[in-house]
Amino acid sequence: MTGRADARPLTGGRPARSGDRAADRAAESTGAGGRAPGPQRAHRFSGGGGEQVFWTMRRRDNLVGYLLVTPQLLGSLLFVLLPLGLVLWYSLHEWNVLAGTFEFVGGENYDRLLADANLREVLGGTALFSVGLVVLNLGLALVLAILLNQRLRGTTFFRTVFFSPVVVSLVAWTIVWRFLLQDDGGLNGLLAVAGAEGPNWLRGEGTAMLSVIVVQVLKNVGLNMVLFLAALQGVPSQLYEAAELDGAGAWTRFLRITVPLISPTILLTSIITVVGSLQVFAQIAVLTQGGPGMSTTVLVYYLYQQAFQFHHFGYGATLSVLLFVIVALLTIVQWRMRRRWVFNET
Amino acid sequence: MRTFAKPAAVALAALLTLTACGGGGEAAPAAQGPQPLRMTIWTSNEAHLKLFDEIAAEYRKTRPDVGEIKFDPLPFDNYTTTLTTQIAGGNAPDLAWILENSAPDFVSSGALVPLDDTLREAEGYEFDDLTPSAVKLWQAEGRLYAYPFSTSPFGVFVNTDLLEKAGQKTPAEMIEDGTWTWEKVAAQNAAVAAETGKAGMVVRDFDYKGWDNLSTVWGGWGAQAWSEDGRTCGFDSPEMVEAMTFLHKSIFTDKAFPGPGTTADFFAGDAAMTVTQISRASLLQDAKFGWDLVPLPAGPKGEYSVIGQAGLGVFKQSANAELAADFLAFFTNPGNSAKLAAYFPPPRASQLTADTLAKSNPLLKPGQLQEVVIGGIEKGVVKPNHTGQAELSQTVRAALDPLWRPGADVKAVLGGVCAKIQPMLGA
Repeated sequence: MTGRADARPLTGGRPARSGDRAADRAAESTGAGGRAPGPQRAHRFSGGGGEQVFWTMRRRDNLVGYLLVTPQLLGSLLFVLLPLGLVLWYSLHEWNVLAGTFEFVGGENYDRLLADANLREVLGGTALFSVGLVVLNLGLALVLAILLNQRLRGTTFFRTVFFSPVVVSLVAWTIVWRFLLQDDGGLNGLLAVAGAEGPNWLRGEGTAMLSVIVVQVLKNVGLNMVLFLAALQGVPSQLYEAAELDGAGAWTRFLRITVPLISPTILLTSIITVVGSLQVFAQIAVLTQGGPGMSTTVLVYYLYQQAFQFHHFGYGATLSVLLFVIVALLTIVQWRMRRRWVFNET
Repeated sequence: MRTFAKPAAVALAALLTLTACGGGGEAAPAAQGPQPLRMTIWTSNEAHLKLFDEIAAEYRKTRPDVGEIKFDPLPFDNYTTTLTTQIAGGNAPDLAWILENSAPDFVSSGALVPLDDTLREAEGYEFDDLTPSAVKLWQAEGRLYAYPFSTSPFGVFVNTDLLEKAGQKTPAEMIEDGTWTWEKVAAQNAAVAAETGKAGMVVRDFDYKGWDNLSTVWGGWGAQAWSEDGRTCGFDSPEMVEAMTFLHKSIFTDKAFPGPGTTADFFAGDAAMTVTQISRASLLQDAKFGWDLVPLPAGPKGEYSVIGQAGLGVFKQSANAELAADFLAFFTNPGNSAKLAAYFPPPRASQLTADTLAKSNPLLKPGQLQEVVIGGIEKGVVKPNHTGQAELSQTVRAALDPLWRPGADVKAVLGGVCAKIQPMLGA
């Protein structure tokens, strides 16, 4: 470990002012990487016989810091913020790709958005998918995490099993499920062995949405499970012991101790899952292509159809503005609500 | 935020390349050295690619100013989407195959270079040999915007082994008796399915989504998706209701067609019959079963035929559009057209004879060629196509979905299709 004064500025602007000063002084008196002689002895601009040094330790550290964040910053600017602006710009235009025309149409795409008869069904489908996914995913992840938070033989094996779909390629996973879910597929084969006749999962109005949700939950539940597992292991065991001595049952301990203490993780997973659920695309494209009818046409898929299949790029951009607003609003609401129920938040 | 990243990045990439290309395009005529050409295609069949490469190599012998000619296969399933995304990204190919269902969009868009002059002036091209019925789809205001390099009729491939196993008559016998009708064919397939456990009749590429392939069935009832001028919905016509009622009964009651969500590949021997284009004959090269190719069965309105088409066009956006058009003229001249006829039935009247076609189609017998190919092209109706086809097609697909379950009310569903698409057609 290097000197205290050296190490601090590198961790960002968090240390107190005196720390920064100490760094400057250290730089002036001993050069980079040297052990600081102690904050009191050096004067701020004393290095080099009273001459002002431009590249002070602080500035150098800042430069290094900025250089380190530059790639990420450039990436965000180029691939997040600029496109964000461009999407807004495109949404005010009619862009005919084939003819190569790009005309300003003002709010026309937004008028169309308001008048779009399909939108209600699309938004309903999106909401159904998101709610279903979040409830099933978080519920199952929490149950799995609690079950696997015990020191039993085979726990590691089961943790690996439930986590492994997370690292499988999404499209490969979905294609395998399409085979399992088709009318003469594996799932109905199993049901037939048990003497039951399964529905045509991907072609039925209700079962198609259910199938898409379940396939997605099974794919990603492992990630939330691991996050919950980490949170559960952070809950001090004395609290449980104390509660037990006080005569609290298992359910009470769960509600009064576990849930409050892992609530920051619940917030995190719910935000990740909600935002993720609004971006579902590949599963829909592979499993149902938005059908039957429009029952599984969620917003992102509808956006893709409008822009890339029907060539309404301007309207597609308008739909993505809508999607952005929805995601932003949901995230803000969740963030605001955290004070009410997330333990340890101020 | 991440939500935006994907579409936005594509859009950004598009913009960046657009601007990059805008600059590059103007500078192109001054560019030095051999110019490469790129043609997007949807076949990745090795035999097809080999033939294309041979033609390209021959062309380059006489044109030292042409660099590499690259044939770029894109997956068939989303061919048009991929192609238009490339165009939007400023990365348009110089030449591209175009499917009949997107023909009206491409032809009317102004994205393609008119070809008449180049083709007429090309030496020994015999432009007037192209049959009017083949070029019709690719013309706008009297100009030809793509060359119909493949005019492929739909026929029925039959697994004669499976029919025999189920004790059914062969199609040849039925044609002779005059009983080669949809009614009889459905009964046969139902029998095969019941007897052998294999699938009966597969309308290839339909899969309860690609409904335009059903025009190969409803044509027999004289039904149409929309009127000739494209302004009136035809799904609620009595002919369509009758045809779809037949289809629904055959699927769900008689089990003559495999139901929704079941896959059966005729070419792997899983089905008794399949309706598809003759260009698929190449898949039968190593077939382990006896097969025949026959025309579509007759419907209540008698005999009919349906053709699928593919055009080849040159993009205005291309920096080497002139060169690309010249290559197109070479690629499709009488000599090369005869070679391509091995896989892609040509639009040239002089080459549409059983003799010419037989030379290049060793898998098919002259009788099959005469009946299915030549007869088919002469009286063929092109598969449904319309401007804005992708959106229209998706809307019809969604509205037709309720039909594909047992006990559906055929008439009500078809009325619903028209309620959805009539506003789109009437515009």
